[in-house]
Amino acid sequence: MCLAVPGKILEAEERDGNRVAKVQFGGITRQAFLTFVPEAEVGDYVLVHVGFAISRIDAEEARRTFEMLESMGAIAEELGADA
Amino acid sequence: MKYIDEYRDERIVRSLAARIARLATRSWNLMEICGGQTHTIMRYGLHELLPPAINLVHGPGCPVCVTPLEVVDKAIEIASRSDVTFMSYGDMLRVPGSSRDLFRVKAAGGDVRIVYSPMEAVKLARAMPQRQVVFFSIGFETTAPPNAMAVWEARRTGLDNFSMLVSHVLVPPALRLLLTSPGNQVQGLIAPGHVCSVMGYWEYEEICREFHIPIVVGGFEPADLMEAVSMLVAKLESGRAEVENQYVRSVCREGNLPAQRLMREVFRVCGRKWRGIGLIPESGLCLRDEFAAYDAEKIFEVSGVTADEPSECISALVLQGRKRPTDCPAFGVRCRPETPMGAPMVSAEGACAAYYRYRRGRAPEATA
Amino acid sequence: MNSFVCPAPIGLNDTVLLGHGSGGKLSADLTRDVFLAAFQNPILARMDDQAIVSINGMRLAFTTDTFVVKPLFFPGGDIGSLAVHGTVNDLAMGGAQPLFLSAAFIIEEGLPMETLRAVVTSLQRAAAAAGVQVVTGDTKVVEKGSGDGLFINTSGIGVVPEGIQLSASQARPGDRVLLSGAIGEHGIAILAKREGLEFESELASDSAALHTLVAEMLGASHDIRCLRDPTRGGVSSTLNEIAAQSRVGVEIDERAIPLREEVKGACEMLGLDPLYVANEGKLIAIVAPDAADPVLDAMRRHPLGGQAQIIGSVTAAHPGMVTMRTLVGPSRIVDMLAGDQLPRIC
Repeated sequence: MCLAVPGKILEAEERDGNRVAKVQFGGITRQAFLTFVPEAEVGDYVLVHVGFAISRIDAEEARRTFEMLESMGAIAEELGADA
Repeated sequence: MKYIDEYRDERIVRSLAARIARLATRSWNLMEICGGQTHTIMRYGLHELLPPAINLVHGPGCPVCVTPLEVVDKAIEIASRSDVTFMSYGDMLRVPGSSRDLFRVKAAGGDVRIVYSPMEAVKLARAMPQRQVVFFSIGFETTAPPNAMAVWEARRTGLDNFSMLVSHVLVPPALRLLLTSPGNQVQGLIAPGHVCSVMGYWEYEEICREFHIPIVVGGFEPADLMEAVSMLVAKLESGRAEVENQYVRSVCREGNLPAQRLMREVFRVCGRKWRGIGLIPESGLCLRDEFAAYDAEKIFEVSGVTADEPSECISALVLQGRKRPTDCPAFGVRCRPETPMGAPMVSAEGACAAYYRYRRGRAPEATA
Repeated sequence: MNSFVCPAPIGLNDTVLLGHGSGGKLSADLTRDVFLAAFQNPILARMDDQAIVSINGMRLAFTTDTFVVKPLFFPGGDIGSLAVHGTVNDLAMGGAQPLFLSAAFIIEEGLPMETLRAVVTSLQRAAAAAGVQVVTGDTKVVEKGSGDGLFINTSGIGVVPEGIQLSASQARPGDRVLLSGAIGEHGIAILAKREGLEFESELASDSAALHTLVAEMLGASHDIRCLRDPTRGGVSSTLNEIAAQSRVGVEIDERAIPLREEVKGACEMLGLDPLYVANEGKLIAIVAPDAADPVLDAMRRHPLGGQAQIIGSVTAAHPGMVTMRTLVGPSRIVDMLAGDQLPRIC
């Protein structure tokens, strides 16, 4: 369930009473509603599901946890530990 | 693509598989709840990277699969009306009702359209005041806030030709049913990361305490799922029944409060029938009375529609993780994607469809 | 405006469904059960993209295709240029030099004359660029509501040089699978136009005539078993067809498949798999192992083959089935879809 894709907010504005953003996913852009992430700003990444941002990506947490995964992957490779 | 590609890194995935193999000293039955997670596992073959000791069971997190037969029949009845423009997410179009599916309604001349967002349905309703626009509002908690916005917006802007056929389901009650059913062998759960992005994971803490079962909130990319399995196995091996969040980049304990607020304003909790399972009390969302004017079930008087499910389809047991798709006598024979008997074969992320498309029924081979 | 086409049916069909035209399993079923059953001859039975017929010692390739695309105009082309490229490509997949086309128009009453002229101009330009002449044609006008604005059928003939024998039934274990470039552009470009997706840089259909690319490839080696252009149903359908017709297995590597960021982004967002998205300017070649490198080099030197890759090989294992080594290591099946792929939210 719940196909939600991370994208970067390029622009944001109020339109007809709703806050909408132009969000970039890889090489395309599409509009998404920021109704549920009032704290999100241009430059932030958000997770978009059916045209709505449902969460703001915590870049710091993502970086921290990913670095752990990456170093584990690097160590495993050096040691030749293969699945 | 950022936050996607790096979580599909082969080296990271393999190192996590190696870690799992080192951690597991005995066999464990783990369930990933969400259909999207099942889809990732099948599509990347992750089950083949896990040691044979780890048995992945696929849970009921496929809202398409669990939409009751009679709701599909109601949708078909409404969509067949000549004054109705029926809008739905693509997922629902092929789900078999008692005798047809929404696509056949379209083939027969019905105005059935696919939308990507509930707001598209609202926009289209505004653009065609002479039509009755009905939006098929399905999904788990992830989709509920966006769907709620549609009816909120309709009311705010005074639309009088828009309504929704609502069939929302909630994860925790289904989990409780699953964990209390006789024959349940699930020992650890991977909670659905996008549902939890909206709802948080405090509800899962209650389940964890009640059933002494470890739960990890997992994401949807290969590295996310492998990390979630690794975290679960570590807890199981050390006897720790607790909840932990793997999907930290999107999920926090309280969840998305604005989204939850809107859900509560528009929907109320109600009993809901789950296809193949039956009625689970307080497991669904219905429109609140204040929004009765937008309730398609009332407007089109389809509340009385009921349906019986085909007895050969064992989707109930598959959805609860008690049987594999390959255990079903109809699997791959009478029940295939082009001739589905039940929803798990139709939905892109239904367990049966995933097995058929990506594995053709081959037994799990662990090559870890 | 609804954009999506048909699904899997429930049980037996008493009516034709949109899915019968999608290029997947339903299309194959319809062809087998209705058309092949009626028109029984060995030429048709080969089921290649074109028919190769012998007349007085000369081998001609003969093919027909009907174009029903909506919208009529899209980035990178229109129904007119598509009608030329599609038929020229079917001839080219038989190794033929395309020479002559017919063009038959079924026009819905009320179509603006300006639209018709624009399509015809585009068709003529595409034909001239491909070195083919439109030598015969037909026009019919149907009542308003009976058509989608405009349908075009083109039939084509070309000459197949001596010694060229291409067929989807010739793939052998050990052969290599070559792909001429990035996939999914046409399908996503059409979808974007219909659904209002925006692209960072404009993503256009890859619609193009491939016969000069084919000529370069055949110049590099005659050990090419089969050429196919993966149109409706995508790379997946084409590979499955080859696997079935040759009774072999095909194994491809996800890491080798070229994909543009725009197509990837659109597919991620919509829950689509690029392997099932239509292409109109790409080809798949099955070549003998020793011919793979020379043919690949020839492809890369041509403007339409700059991103060509060897994406896999033919195997004796799992005949009739296509598998893919995924990005993270294990393999999975690449199934043929029943009907069209639908966008999903789950």
